[in-house]
Amino acid sequence: MTSFEEIATLVKSRSGLTLGPDKTYLLETRLEAIARRLGVAGYEALAPLLRHDRLLQAEVVEALTTNETLFFRDTRPFDHVRTVGVPRLLAGRPGNAPLRVWSAAASTGQEAYSLAMLFSEMGAALCGRAVQILGTDIARIPLARAREGLYSQFEVQRGLPARMLVKYFRKEDESWRLIKPIRDMVEFREWNLLSDAGSLGRFDIIFCRNVLIYFDPPTKSRVLEMLTARLVPGGLLFLGAAESVTGLTSSLRPVGGEHFVFEVPRVAATVG
Amino acid sequence: MEAVMTPTNQSVATRILVVDDSRVVRKVARRILEEAGYDVAEAGDGAQALAQCHVTLPDVVLLDWNMPVMNGIDCLRGLRRDFGPDEPSVILCTTENGADFIVSAIEAGAQEYIMKPFDDAILIGKLEQLGLTGRRQ
Ligand SMILES: C[S@@+](CC[C@H](N)C(=O)[O-])C[C@H]1O[C@@H](n2cnc3c(N)ncnc32)[C@H](O)[C@@H]1O
Repeated sequence: MTSFEEIATLVKSRSGLTLGPDKTYLLETRLEAIARRLGVAGYEALAPLLRHDRLLQAEVVEALTTNETLFFRDTRPFDHVRTVGVPRLLAGRPGNAPLRVWSAAASTGQEAYSLAMLFSEMGAALCGRAVQILGTDIARIPLARAREGLYSQFEVQRGLPARMLVKYFRKEDESWRLIKPIRDMVEFREWNLLSDAGSLGRFDIIFCRNVLIYFDPPTKSRVLEMLTARLVPGGLLFLGAAESVTGLTSSLRPVGGEHFVFEVPRVAATVG
Repeated sequence: MEAVMTPTNQSVATRILVVDDSRVVRKVARRILEEAGYDVAEAGDGAQALAQCHVTLPDVVLLDWNMPVMNGIDCLRGLRRDFGPDEPSVILCTTENGADFIVSAIEAGAQEYIMKPFDDAILIGKLEQLGLTGRRQ
């Protein structure tokens, strides 16, 4: 096995991220800093060091993740939650159990906090229902940033309506920090999508966007089955604009003809 | 009056009026916007911009804050007085990013603001956030 193959195999088994042979440049650029710190020449020399070092493995996996994200990415999923998703979920599940929401590839937190702001804006439309948002990711550095809730001028300019910026953020030097009531709605936790998520409980809404694109079809199927099992009856799964379930699972179908939101059809739910 | 609809005025492209006293800034904005399929017009100050809006109302005004003759905020107030609160959408461009500044811009009727200097990602991102995509996308 070449060093590239060895690292690619390791990364895939630990995270699901699939690195085709055309991705050598990615290893070269993303692993350069780690190799330099350890005083070895290039990523090739990292392979033997990785074999028995779990911490280093995690660091390499993290270096190969893409953490690109923005507030209210693609807008429509968020409109859907507000206008269709929540009213439907509240009608389907009377009572006052909190709405549980999972941002399953949370990166630096913009998606989870967009949802928090959205629910905060909904106010009375939530019929007094509390909302708990869980943000998880495999990468620690982005998660630490998410917990801080502190964003640069560039980041708050992307996707975030100016009205929400002044309502939910306070300026700190050249950055902007989310106000505490919004930060308090979200809990961030390190979590691998390949692990069994039973202990996380079930969710009314799951956002798992722009991460399946990095996986191969069998891994996509496996993660989709895991996510399906984490939905309450009538729960909704939101995927990224470039992602679909076609050919990957038969347990999910699009809601109302939209290509980004899915549910478990009633029949399958009762049979399964 | 000849109420003929020529193919050009049936165009569906989003029309953007770029208002800035710097020709260089207008040129940069025009290049970015046209590449993304938007229709672009230009004005060199707030008074010109207001006059042009009375001839053809654009969908969006990209409005510089600091201009001679009529500055951004006065132009914005003029637009809101003449055309109401929603039309055209106004994106203020500024080097200021204080919370107070943004609040006063919104109160004066701006939908959005972007910091100068801006690039493709920021400008097109803001327009898409407002639900306004270019034709060729
Ligand atoms: C491009 S970001 C998506 C952020 C956000 N969901 C969005 O759509 O804007 C993808 C994230 O998935 C995370 N990720 C990759 N593999 C993962 C895995 N096996 N378990 C959990 N998170 C993973 C990466 O660390 C990265 O932060």
